[in-house]
Amino acid sequence: MKYAKLIVSFVLTIGLFFTLNTKLGSIPPIGKFLNPYSGIWQNESTESISGNVRIPGLKDKVTVHYDDQLIPHVFAQNESDLYKAQGYLTAKHRLWQLEFQTFAASGRLSEIIGEKALDYDRTERRRGMGYGADQAIAYMEKYDKETLGYIQDYADGVNAYISQLKPEDYPVEYKLLDYKPEAWTPKKTALLLMYMTKMLAGNDNDLEYTNTLRLLGKDNFDLLFPDFFDITDPVIPKETDWSFINVPQTPLPNSKAVLDTITETISKPHPDNGSNNWAVSGSKSATGNPILANDPHLGLNLPSIWFVMQLSTPNHNAFGATIPGALSVISGFNQHIAWGETNATRDVIDWYKVEFNEDRTKYKYDGQWKDVSIRVEDIKIRGKENYKDTVLYTHHGPVVYDKNFNSDMELAGYAMKWIGHEGGNNQKTFLELNKAKNYDDYVQALQYWNAPAQNFVFASTEGDIALWIQGKFPNKWEGQGKFLMDGSNPENDWQSYIPQQFNAHTKNPERGFVSSANQHPVDENYPYYVFNDGYETYRNRVINDYFNSKEKFSVEDFKNLHNNNYNLKAAEIVPYMLEHMDTSTLSKEEKVIYNEIKTWKFNNDINEVGPSIFRQWYGKLYNLVWDELDSEELELDSPFTYQTIYLLKNHGDHKFMDIVETEDKVETAKDLFLVAFKEASERLIEIKKEKDDYTWLKYKATYAGHLLQALPAFSRFDIPIGGDRNIVNATSENHGPSWRMIVEMSSPPTAIGIYPGGQSGNPGSKYYDNFIDDWAAGKYHQLNFLQSNQPTDAIMSTQTLTPEN
Amino acid sequence: MKNNIINFFATIFLAFILSFVLPWWSVMTAALITSLFIPLKKASVFFVPFLAILVFWAVYSFILSSSNDYTLAKRIAVLLPLGGNPYVLMLVTGIVGGLAAGITAVFGKQFAALAVK
Repeated sequence: MKYAKLIVSFVLTIGLFFTLNTKLGSIPPIGKFLNPYSGIWQNESTESISGNVRIPGLKDKVTVHYDDQLIPHVFAQNESDLYKAQGYLTAKHRLWQLEFQTFAASGRLSEIIGEKALDYDRTERRRGMGYGADQAIAYMEKYDKETLGYIQDYADGVNAYISQLKPEDYPVEYKLLDYKPEAWTPKKTALLLMYMTKMLAGNDNDLEYTNTLRLLGKDNFDLLFPDFFDITDPVIPKETDWSFINVPQTPLPNSKAVLDTITETISKPHPDNGSNNWAVSGSKSATGNPILANDPHLGLNLPSIWFVMQLSTPNHNAFGATIPGALSVISGFNQHIAWGETNATRDVIDWYKVEFNEDRTKYKYDGQWKDVSIRVEDIKIRGKENYKDTVLYTHHGPVVYDKNFNSDMELAGYAMKWIGHEGGNNQKTFLELNKAKNYDDYVQALQYWNAPAQNFVFASTEGDIALWIQGKFPNKWEGQGKFLMDGSNPENDWQSYIPQQFNAHTKNPERGFVSSANQHPVDENYPYYVFNDGYETYRNRVINDYFNSKEKFSVEDFKNLHNNNYNLKAAEIVPYMLEHMDTSTLSKEEKVIYNEIKTWKFNNDINEVGPSIFRQWYGKLYNLVWDELDSEELELDSPFTYQTIYLLKNHGDHKFMDIVETEDKVETAKDLFLVAFKEASERLIEIKKEKDDYTWLKYKATYAGHLLQALPAFSRFDIPIGGDRNIVNATSENHGPSWRMIVEMSSPPTAIGIYPGGQSGNPGSKYYDNFIDDWAAGKYHQLNFLQSNQPTDAIMSTQTLTPEN
Repeated sequence: MKNNIINFFATIFLAFILSFVLPWWSVMTAALITSLFIPLKKASVFFVPFLAILVFWAVYSFILSSSNDYTLAKRIAVLLPLGGNPYVLMLVTGIVGGLAAGITAVFGKQFAALAVK
């Protein structure tokens, strides 16, 4: 009996130990997780920002002043120390995010969260994320050891922080998922840059277009997806003279698209990833100083993608938003210039169909067989055996789709040609921009930038404003890469690149301002082929109209424009719909909604109901118009909003307007307005029951979600902010202005900025999400640009990093 | 009764000391040691170390959390989910530690009983 008791109690004890020490499904190991000495209670603290910290490898002392926004102002004696300090401080405030983003970039999430991430990981690896990062490192090893040296310094800084940590100091996400940080390497910085490239230049619809072309024929395709809309207000002003360009566009070969049926395609980045930027010249500025603004539109996440820092050496002094993992300031200013980016959205991904020989060791090219090379992706899976995925590489790039992935072609595949695989020196551009003193330095810095292509806005204290569309662009023949191409035909390869000096740009244009909002980069007069890769057509017009509306602009005007909620899209279609819809059959309830939208002035403010009605109405309408393209067996792409509205207004009786399901009836646009309105009303009435009302605030319910699938505990919900996609204040549900900055080019420049998050990555810190309310209210924080190592009143604490000796 | 009190404080004291050298299961080790050297009877075998560690962990987490306005505790109490109440989280923390200690003490008692024989 006694033995039985002993055994039972022993088993209980061991069992309990196991249960409390092991991660079970999504439940963290509860003993480890909750105990007060190494569990989450140790993260219940605000960061320490005073005293001395010893960091091995520093050459000199580095001073870090923190202001009350927890922005570190870093004063180093040389660049090597500066980037070491940046690595250290980024890790200190954002370690988990820093590492997690590169795991996501390289397709290593299965290591952390198990088999459910395997598909994601395979996609990222087949997309060639790791391959591209390897190419970038190889390029730097060969051509730019200096930049690679700084990247190593950054890595050393991150590792100096990691090596100081004891398990109780790990950020709370490590405790939740039960793993620990690993050492940082230069390749991780390259991976982070690949991640940005994917996010901003990873979108393409070639395969979807191929299906659509096959289904609809060329005439319909061209009507639905024109290269230029009937209006263009491009990034580079229309009146630009291109006569200096003396390298012609690649001539059109006799090449045909491959009209395959494609049933499945890999995931695409968020289509709203985009941004606004603009600058006015001194002559258009109320104070006589140029003013510049930038607001990148990205997913609204916590911790935020941005981390604001001041980074200085005796030779330069830069301030602005950094990205954890990348060196130097990405969107910001120094004592002489200011810069910011928006996405240039150019087609830099093309797909080639390749045919293999019998054992898939060779592929057909130019009438011969060429060797494939092999990259084995070894994917670690938590709690399971590794998964090995063999990816075949051709001279085009990785064969993403083949019999092992999203395709059943035994001896063929689709290879991806992507500028992201080319290797390059993107980091150098930012290192140089941080030090640039004038327009020439800025242009010099840009030449290193390959991808993602960006509209780099510029303003200087000397009074210049400019905007370059910078990236490495293939010089394509007319129509090249719009559809799947035959990979065995050399004419289909990218023949050459547009010489960098011929990239579209403008300096001090007559109109006195430059701006970009992801619209068409140029008009038809630019001598190279630019394909409409989903260009925005609303924000740009609101912005440009605003700057054409009066003579002088102030910082206050810039703020108003950032927060402008005018819905041009609605203004262009709603009056037309109201006018042409037959209202005789509307019920009493529907009539109420009809009258509500009739009085709407097209501002997407939080207390309006118009935006919600419009969203519902237009959404239902869009689906009705493109019901032909709604397929479960095929990947198709629906036309852009602008073109849809154009067709509704100008081709209202086109056969696309007909609802396929109703066989005995032929609908026109007018009929669709009513059907959509009735469907929308039904849904709105439901929403009213669920949420009491359908004001834009409640309808949109903007949130900033934690990087782990918006884990509610670490996210912020129901943020009161207006706007929407296609509006200058581009805040939709979980996407929008992820950093807002305005810089006036006084000497030294004065700047304000804010982002929807906080400097700390620790959900236990009061600095985790403390900017969100002010951001939502359209407020900004002063960016305290320190001119010397002397702390000002704005500084609340100072920490010194000292060499270890 | 006297042993109950001695065991109670000794368990807390030992758990505190051992926490510097061992991970979270130091509370199990502490309870094992006290169950062997400060023997208890009947239900006290479980409940005294259970209460000792419950009090220790709950109070310790309260001290850490209260100085930071319960910022993280409120969030973790949403995660687990405990209705966002940080005090419930402290109680749960205490119960987890207490259970580990109490069960181990029962095992220790059985072991001691055999060893004496």
